[in-house]
Amino acid sequence: MNKKKLWSLALLLMLVLSTILAACSSDSSDGGKGEDKGGDSAEPKILVFGRGGDSVSLDPARATDGESFKVTQNVFETLLNFGDKDTTINEGLATKWEPSEDGLTYTFTLREGVKFHDGTDFNAEAVVKNFERWANGTEDQFPYYASMFGGFKGDEGHVIDSVTADGDYTVVFKLKRPQSPFLKNIAMSPFAIASPTAFEKFGDKFGDNPVGTGPFTFVEWKKNDSITIDKNADYWDKELPKLDKVIFRAIPDNSARLNALSTNEIDLADGINPSDTKTVTDNAKLQLFERPSMNVGYLGLTNTRPPFDNVKVRQAVNHAIDKQAIIDAFFNGGAEIAKNPMPSSISGYNDDIAGYDFNPEKAKALLKEAGFEDGFEMELWAMPVPRPYMPDGTKVAEVIQKNLADIGIKAKIVSYEWATYLEKTKNGEADAFMLGWTGDNGDADNFLYTLLDKDNIGSNNYSFYSNDKVHDILIAAQSEVDEDKRNELYAQAQEIIFEDAPWVPLAHSTPLLAGNADLVNFTPHPTGSDRLNEVDFK
Amino acid sequence: MLHYIGRRLLQLIPVLLGMTFVVFMIIRAIPGDPAQVILGQQASESAILALRTKLGLDNPWYIQYFDYLMGLLKGDLGESLRTMNPVSNEIWTYLAATFELSLFAILIAIIVGVNAGIISAWFQNSWFDYTAMILALVGVSMPIFWLGLMLQYIFGIELGILPTTGREEVRNPVESMTNIYVLDTIMQGRFDQLGTVFKHLVLPGLALATIPMAIIARMTRSSMLEVMRSDYVRTARAKGQKMFWVVYKHALKNAIIPVLTIIGLQMGLLLGGAILTETIFGWPGVGRYIYEAINFRDYPVIQSGILVVAFIFVMINLVIDVLYSLIDPRIKYD
Repeated sequence: MNKKKLWSLALLLMLVLSTILAACSSDSSDGGKGEDKGGDSAEPKILVFGRGGDSVSLDPARATDGESFKVTQNVFETLLNFGDKDTTINEGLATKWEPSEDGLTYTFTLREGVKFHDGTDFNAEAVVKNFERWANGTEDQFPYYASMFGGFKGDEGHVIDSVTADGDYTVVFKLKRPQSPFLKNIAMSPFAIASPTAFEKFGDKFGDNPVGTGPFTFVEWKKNDSITIDKNADYWDKELPKLDKVIFRAIPDNSARLNALSTNEIDLADGINPSDTKTVTDNAKLQLFERPSMNVGYLGLTNTRPPFDNVKVRQAVNHAIDKQAIIDAFFNGGAEIAKNPMPSSISGYNDDIAGYDFNPEKAKALLKEAGFEDGFEMELWAMPVPRPYMPDGTKVAEVIQKNLADIGIKAKIVSYEWATYLEKTKNGEADAFMLGWTGDNGDADNFLYTLLDKDNIGSNNYSFYSNDKVHDILIAAQSEVDEDKRNELYAQAQEIIFEDAPWVPLAHSTPLLAGNADLVNFTPHPTGSDRLNEVDFK
Repeated sequence: MLHYIGRRLLQLIPVLLGMTFVVFMIIRAIPGDPAQVILGQQASESAILALRTKLGLDNPWYIQYFDYLMGLLKGDLGESLRTMNPVSNEIWTYLAATFELSLFAILIAIIVGVNAGIISAWFQNSWFDYTAMILALVGVSMPIFWLGLMLQYIFGIELGILPTTGREEVRNPVESMTNIYVLDTIMQGRFDQLGTVFKHLVLPGLALATIPMAIIARMTRSSMLEVMRSDYVRTARAKGQKMFWVVYKHALKNAIIPVLTIIGLQMGLLLGGAILTETIFGWPGVGRYIYEAINFRDYPVIQSGILVVAFIFVMINLVIDVLYSLIDPRIKYD
C-alpha cells in the first residue's frame, strides 16, 4: 500500500516536471529570433554588446571609467578622432586644425551642418561653451579635464588660456605654455562636445540625459542592466551608422558573458578570458577579436624600501623573472613581453633597449654584488582583481615567487581587497607589488610621466621612483612640439629607467573580445572605447 | 495581537540603530578612500582633499554618524557618492529585481522542499527518502557559482531552451513601471513578454533555490518524523483516516512551525545574499548593488542598502511570527 502510494506520487512529480520542461521548450521557437537578424532588411539591426559592468555616468566629462566611455563614444563626438586602430590624430567634428609655430595657438575649423540630437546647432559657440563648462568646474566634476589640462580656470597649472569663437565655424585655443599631447587630449572621449542647451537644462542630471552629435541617440538606461541607444537618423554622415540600435548589457562574470554569447543573447562580448580562446575559435558561429595593447602590467619594487633601494637588487629581480612563461601560461600568449614601461604602439617607444633577459645565474651574481648572497625575505603583493593587463594576479604571483626562490629570495604572497591594496601600495607599504596601467590618450607622457616621474609619487608613481634627470627630460618633452625631438627625449628617458630598473615590466596584453560570426567592420580600439558606427551584420 | 506587533515594531528601533552603527564603523575601518576611488587613479592629492571636505568625510566620525542619522529620520537615505543619485531613488529598482527573483526562488524551494521532506518522512528509509536526503546534502553544499554556470551550459547552450542571463529579452524590452517585470507585463497585457520574463527567471531561480530547498527539505523531514510518532497521529490513523490526509492535514499543521521559521530566515538571506546568483546571471539586484558599492567605498549606498535589506529581513520574520499563531491557535502573543 505504502509502496504503491510512493510510486504514484513519484509519477505525479515526473508529470509536473515534464509539463514544465515541455512548456519551456515549446516557447523557445521564438526565442532564437536573434539568429536571423540582418538577413532581412526590414528586420531592425540590433547589436547587443555584453560587458563586465554598467556605466557610472553618461556625461563623458564626468566619467572616469571605461564602461561609461564605451557608450558615450557613440552618443558624442570629439573635435578630433583617434585612428581606427591607433592613437593617431584624425578629423572629427573639426575638419582642420593648425598649431602655431610656438605651439601656443591652435586653430580648429569645424564641420558644418552638424546638429545635436536635441536640434541645437553644433558650432564654434557650442565648443566654447563646453570648454567654459569644464574650465569653471571642480575636480570631482570633471576629473579628466583637471588631469589632462592641468587644473581649472585660475589654477597655476591650467594649460588653456582661452577658447574663443572666430565666426561660426572656427575655434581658437590659446595655451599658456606649449603642451605636446594637446591634440591627443582633445581626441579623448571625456572631451566630447555636448549640447549646451541640454547640459544647461539638466545640470547635474545631464549624465542621465546625454545629448551629443554622435551616430546614436540615447534611449534608455536600466541601471546595472542595460543601456539602449538608437540610430541617429539625422547623423551628418548619411551613410552611417549601419546599425539601428545598440544595447549595452552588464554581465559581470566573464564565463557567463561567454555563455550568453553562445546562446545569441548578446552579439559581442568584452573581456574574454584568455583561457577561453579555444572555446571561441572552435565555435563556427563566433569570432575572436584582439584589442591592440595600450597597457602595461608590471611588478613594482618600492624603491625606498630596503633592499629594493639598491639598484643591483632591482636588476637581479628583473633577471630572475621568466616573463615568457608567465605570458604563455596566463595570457594564453595574447601579450608581448614588456621591456619598457609603455607598449610599442606608442610613439617614442625605444626598441633599442635590450630588456633584462631571463637569467637566474646573472641574477644571483647581482645579488651577491649587492651583498645579499644568501637572499632575503620579502612580501610579494598579488593583485586581487583581474585586469586586462593582469588576468590572474595570484597565479602570476606564484610563478614570480618560484622564480625568486630560485635565486634565494623568499617571497610571501600577500593580497588585499582592491581599494585597500591600492591605498596601501600608494603609502609605500609593499615590498613588491603587482599593478598595471591602461593608457588614456596613447601618449608616452601618459605612461612615463604619470607612472614614473617624481612629481607623481603619492599618486600613480607607486614604486616611489625618483630620478631628477628623468624628471628634467620628461618635463622638457611635455613642451616639445617637434615630434622627432620629443621621441628622442622619451627614448633617453627609457634608457635611464631601464638602468634604474624601478619595476619589472611584465607584459603588454591584448585584451580579447568575441562576437557573432556575422558581425562585420568591428575594430576594437586600443583605448577601449569603440566606435560602432561602421559595425554591421552580414 | 496588535499589541504584540506594536511591541515588535518598537523593538526594531534599537536593532536597526545598532546595525547602522556597526555598519557605519566597519566600512570606515576598512582602508580605502571614497574620494580616491571617485576621482580615479589620475587624481591629484589636493583634489582628493577638496572632495573629502565636500563629501563631509573629513569630519569626525560621530558628526558624520549624527548627520547620517538625522538624514534617516527625515527619510533621506543619502546620495550615492559615485552616481550622485539619491539612494532612495536608486535602490527601489534593484530591490524590485531582487524581490522578484527571491520570491520565485523561495516558491520553488518551498514547493519542492516541503513536499520532498514530507514524502521522505512519510516513507522513511525508502529509496525516495535516501535519494532525496542525499540530494539535499549535495544541495546545501553546492557552490552556487559552479551550479550557475552549469545550469547556463546545460539549459542555455546544450539544450537551448532557456536564456542564460538578464531579466528580459533586451531586443524586445519590457517597459518598466514597478520594475517587477512579472507585474509590469501583466498590467500592460503583454503576455508574450510575460513568457520570456518567466523563462529568464527559471535558471537564476533554480540556482538561488537550491540551498534553501535542501535546508527546507531536511527540516520538514525531521519535524514531520517527530510529529508522525505522536499519539494523535496514531489516533487519526486508527479511526481509518486516509494516510494522505493524516500526513498533509493533521501532521503537517504541527510540523510546519519550525519549517516556517527556516523559510523566513532563508527568504531574508535570499534578499541580501543573492550576490553570487546576481553576478553570474547578470541580474541587476540589490546584492550586486551593495557589493559594487563596497568596491567603490560608496558609503551611503552600503549603509542605507544594508539598512533597507535588514529592515526587510526583520519584517519578514515578524510576518512569520504572526503566521505561527494563525496556523497554531495554541500560540498566543498577548
